Amino acid sequence: MPEVVVIGGGPAGMAAALAAHRRGARVVLIEASDDVGGQYWRHLPAARATADEHELHHGWNRFQTFRNALRDIEVVCDGHVWSVDRRDGRPPRVHVLVGPADGQRREARTFEPDALVIATGAHERTLPFPGWDLPGVYTAGAAQALAKGERVAVGRNVLVAGSGPFLLPVVSSLIRTGARVAGVLEAAGPVQLARGWGSKPWRLAKAGAKGAELAGYVRDLARHRVPYRTGRAVVAAHGTDRVESVTISRLDGNWSPIPGTDSRIAVDAVCVSHGFVPRSELAIAAGCRATNGIVDVDGNQLTSVPGVFSAGELTGIGGVDLALAEGEIAGAAAAGYAPPPAAARARDTFREFAKRLETAHGIRPGWQSWVDDSTLVCRCEDVTAGELRATAAMTGTRGLRSLKLTTRAGLGICQGRTCGRAVEELAAGPAGLLDAGRTAHRPIATPVRLGELASLREDPS
Amino acid sequence: MSSERVLVVGAGIVGAAIARVLARAGREVVVLDRGATAGGTSSGGEGNILVSDKGPGAELRLTQRSLVAWDRVRQELRDELPAGFPDLELDHKGGLVVATTDAGAKGLREFAETQRAAGIVAEEVDRARAFELEPDLTRDFTAAVFYPQDAQIQPVVATEALLAAARRHGAEVRQGVEVTGGVHTGGRLTGVHTTAGTLGADAVVVASGPWSAEVASRLGVVLPVRPRRGTVLVTSRMPYRIRRKVYDADYVGAVGSGSADLQTSSVVESTAAGTVLIGSSRERRGFDDRIEARVVAELAAKALLLFPFLADAQVMRAYGGFRPFVPDHLPIIGPDPRLPGLWHATGHEGAGIGLSLATGDLIGELFAGDRPENEFGLDRPGLAAALDGRGAEGER
Repeated sequence: MPEVVVIGGGPAGMAAALAAHRRGARVVLIEASDDVGGQYWRHLPAARATADEHELHHGWNRFQTFRNALRDIEVVCDGHVWSVDRRDGRPPRVHVLVGPADGQRREARTFEPDALVIATGAHERTLPFPGWDLPGVYTAGAAQALAKGERVAVGRNVLVAGSGPFLLPVVSSLIRTGARVAGVLEAAGPVQLARGWGSKPWRLAKAGAKGAELAGYVRDLARHRVPYRTGRAVVAAHGTDRVESVTISRLDGNWSPIPGTDSRIAVDAVCVSHGFVPRSELAIAAGCRATNGIVDVDGNQLTSVPGVFSAGELTGIGGVDLALAEGEIAGAAAAGYAPPPAAARARDTFREFAKRLETAHGIRPGWQSWVDDSTLVCRCEDVTAGELRATAAMTGTRGLRSLKLTTRAGLGICQGRTCGRAVEELAAGPAGLLDAGRTAHRPIATPVRLGELASLREDPS
Repeated sequence: MSSERVLVVGAGIVGAAIARVLARAGREVVVLDRGATAGGTSSGGEGNILVSDKGPGAELRLTQRSLVAWDRVRQELRDELPAGFPDLELDHKGGLVVATTDAGAKGLREFAETQRAAGIVAEEVDRARAFELEPDLTRDFTAAVFYPQDAQIQPVVATEALLAAARRHGAEVRQGVEVTGGVHTGGRLTGVHTTAGTLGADAVVVASGPWSAEVASRLGVVLPVRPRRGTVLVTSRMPYRIRRKVYDADYVGAVGSGSADLQTSSVVESTAAGTVLIGSSRERRGFDDRIEARVVAELAAKALLLFPFLADAQVMRAYGGFRPFVPDHLPIIGPDPRLPGLWHATGHEGAGIGLSLATGDLIGELFAGDRPENEFGLDRPGLAAALDGRGAEGER
């Protein structure tokens, strides 16, 4: 019976764990938070469960089905994979600390699986703008987490801005928690949107469920008279103690603000999201090849490392349906089986959707022109865009590693998870960086206390 | 000879120091690196300028020169760098070497005695003085020696500063250009082939750290330099509690050892940014860049022997580097007698940040011809075995 370890209890990881289990593998699913479900099915803790979860969650019944099925599998919640040790020709050794994230004497567990599925998902990407560090400016994901996990609205008069369909469920979550949503600003303009969504629309028909989900959000916009405007962005937030107003600009096709189109509106909160960045540190530490931060996989979701599979946002930002299909394929393959045909078909359909998503909403470099020299880029270490640009000019380096160490951008406690991509893009001069992608190298995948590390030596479990 | 053109292969701190010295002397200097500036060993360590780990001899003398040079160059850089250039963070904080066993205490005392004879300030301190220097130090130690000359610098800023100064004196720095072979004319090296075309030169200085053996072999000679791996842990920011560089007395033994096996001994210090660096491991295993849990755990355990309060500190990052290791533990600096036109400046192992300036000065003197004797030449007895093929020692 092969042992399959799955890292990540979101949709992809759950699907992988179940698929491997149903094919006879001994499965351990490791999830860093206190319950499975991931960001997509984030919910109130069981102790405070309510009957209306389904109203805040799309596909809640599907989640319940998954969760029930996982009863026969060992699920390690609060399981923090802090390191993976590459081994030649085999999946890496997986080092886990089990217990609360900031715990002291967490239980150390080590796995040497026959197959490993990495399904660590993505974190949100937010492009910086002047004032984005003011209280009252939230990432859309944080606002949604507060709505879904705490039932708290971030403000009374909220503007949602950024790019991508993820803005829409955030609006719905905000409305459900009683906020007034002043509007939604999509940075992509009509031409970019049409290139992604408008060409060969019949190919999208198979992604019907996705369409129905989106249609639901759009109905929410209409019912609550929330204006949805394209080709616009929040280019500055203003306020003394917290955000009081924002400047909105129209953008050209490259996402550069068009001079003379600024307007200012009063808000008490802003939720911003510009898509997602794969959480690739474990995959990279395991030695998996990646292209532009996306882990390379074959038709079985196999990475470049023997026995290591990957699924979900890590292999391309595509949403829950793609994650579920890829997870099922990865789990089956990890247990030694060919891709289930239905899952393979679904994967093809939703990959098409993912491709369009990137075309329609992908970030364009013009955003850099709304970042002035005083804009904070790295919030952990207080590094402004001006410092980054000036230091890059003074040293002339084409190395991100050098620039990080001369400015400290990306060296703080978040280790570049928030700012890494922005730092890379702002740092790249005309000649480009010679070590792009460096911000995803985090061999210590999550902070660990020295005392815990030291005890691992005495107790090699 | 002011029109002499010198190619420096390697944009790390040693190449940067050489480029600055030669450009200041009016030579035409081009620095080549297959990667970006400060992207190799110079950004993989802690920024040590240490006398405490060196016994009497050539390397210690080079270190003593470097200590003086760093203070001089810091002044000179004020005029050579634009306003707003990041701070070098040069800090003469001193080092405290601590033994935790009786055997370690004896070894430490004997070592310090030999260093004092060589002109190093090495004060054995009593418990009260030790805790004055380092209030949170472990209570379980058997001897402590304070080395006020030990210093720390931010190594990447230092490298970029020296390169920027070199550029200001006319040097050119070309990144992403890899040397692929040598141009030989009448038994002399007269240039290099690169991924960006062929470049002629009166001299080529290989300052490629642990990669120097490969560059040298592309140019046609064998060089006994191999990588020795190190790993450093970084904590999240914390209140300032560690004031000096603090080492386990084992560190000195590990530095001087030639063993390929994993060795760790504590080196713990704060940085200007508020993080604490915990080193350091030494292991020879080629250019394998894995950061392994066993090494991390070993480093953590040793650091706690010196500072028990660190048990609660969060490690947020680990990084590794490759030190350029030479069998007799001395850098190789100077012209290659086997191939006129070829020069070397490598093999500083873990001491390259500190030794870079003296290395640059020495190369400058050798170029100018005003330094007849050189303790770091390839023709020294300690390298004979390695150079004639008997010194392979079965290593990668």
